[in-house]
Amino acid sequence: MATAPRFWRQNPSRYNLIGIKCNSCGKNYFPPRAICPVCHRKSVGKIEPLKFKGEGAIFSFSEVHEGIDEKATLKPYLVAMVELDEGPKITGQVIDCDACDLKIGARVRTVLRKLSEEGSAGVIHYGYKFVPVRDKKE
Amino acid sequence: MEVGIVSYGAYVPRYRIKPEEIGRVWGTDGIAMGKGLMIFSKSVPGPDEDTITISVEAARNMMRRVDVDPKDIGAIYVGSESHPYAVKPSGTIVAEAIEASPELTVADFEFACKAGTAAIQTCMGLVGSGMMKYGVAIGADTSQGAPGDALEYSASAGGAAHMIGAEKIIARIDHTYSYTTDTPDFWRREGQMYPSHGGRFTGEPAYFKHIVSCARGLMKKAGTTPDDYAHAVFHQPNGKFPTRVAKQMGFTEAQGKLGLIVPHIGNTYSGAVPLGLAAILDEAKPGDRIFAIAYGSGAGSDGFDMTVTDEISTFKRDRAPTVKEQIANPKYLDYATYAKFRGKITLGRG
Ligand SMILES: [Zn+2]
Repeated sequence: MATAPRFWRQNPSRYNLIGIKCNSCGKNYFPPRAICPVCHRKSVGKIEPLKFKGEGAIFSFSEVHEGIDEKATLKPYLVAMVELDEGPKITGQVIDCDACDLKIGARVRTVLRKLSEEGSAGVIHYGYKFVPVRDKKE
Repeated sequence: MEVGIVSYGAYVPRYRIKPEEIGRVWGTDGIAMGKGLMIFSKSVPGPDEDTITISVEAARNMMRRVDVDPKDIGAIYVGSESHPYAVKPSGTIVAEAIEASPELTVADFEFACKAGTAAIQTCMGLVGSGMMKYGVAIGADTSQGAPGDALEYSASAGGAAHMIGAEKIIARIDHTYSYTTDTPDFWRREGQMYPSHGGRFTGEPAYFKHIVSCARGLMKKAGTTPDDYAHAVFHQPNGKFPTRVAKQMGFTEAQGKLGLIVPHIGNTYSGAVPLGLAAILDEAKPGDRIFAIAYGSGAGSDGFDMTVTDEISTFKRDRAPTVKEQIANPKYLDYATYAKFRGKITLGRG
């Protein structure tokens, strides 16, 4: 129960991939932060929200065989670091594919899925996961 | 005021199971079962998918095809019989996920398999009366049949979203008509995991009576006959029922071809007619007239008489995957994995 408010505050960024752009150095960041980790004080007043398109390429990935408890029924599952087209690298689960289908550099895009649920009576948490971008003719 | 569909989007999960695999486990001739039902595979939601995630993906595909400001959406109604929460509307999460929040009205609809079309009618009224610019009607489900029950061969998952508006309409809704009675053909009591049904009672006095009465009422209101339509789509709990009802009323196989998707993905319940309609809109041409009749147990039918407009020639259909593209590229599951995905295995914890 205690985690519901913490998750809830991050919903807009987790559902829609809303990060920030620093207009001092021009770099984009996800998740959103109050000041730029590069420009520090110089970025004050120069941060604006930015909605990422949710498309990018696999930078690195791993198949998880001994994962966290809430994903016990999903294992093995894939986790990847994805370099978004707008720059930032973000981590997320890759679904709807097998490890053998995945390569570094492969194009992926975000979809909304269930991330976890607080038992059968608790809140369900939703957020982004990645799916491979398939050729239309495939 | 003219109202109609401004955009639409579909979503079908990638996983499938075949009737022969279900039959193998329960000692039934699955191949014969599939032939009888005209269902050759059914879609299965992934373990992290539910009616909310399906609704969001369908709604996002709908948004991709138009340049509509999500803040102009005045209502989102999600029709389903498998809302993940008993109390907390699915539509609240859909609204946030397409950035339509917070200035809009949201509610979840329920009427067995026709909740999505009831939502279309509500949006028609709201847009037609000038109360809002756009209303979004979604029909989506992740339905379950009890293990071993005949329903297990058909109950599947999927959904579609339709944006109703008065400008840049791709399919004008010329008439709508509904037919509703108190018929206990299929139900699920609060707290029950699986639905109950009246067996053979689900056919003649339920599905056929309501669809035929609604179709006749709609054609009378519209002054049309089956020949006037390029496409017809009926609620499809299996392939056999809609094929038989279409023939009975004088529609040809060609008219029903595009909208009949149940043989590939099974019965998507509230998603069925919205998805069939999406499959038709994927290929429809200006001037095509569409006839659509939904059915929901309990029981009732909603009918729509629509005309595809010239607007469809410039509509950005290819910005989102078609129903056909989503039906292709399936990943087949064995029964054990399917049972795990669908939560049919009792786990020895919390
Ligand atoms: Zn900076």
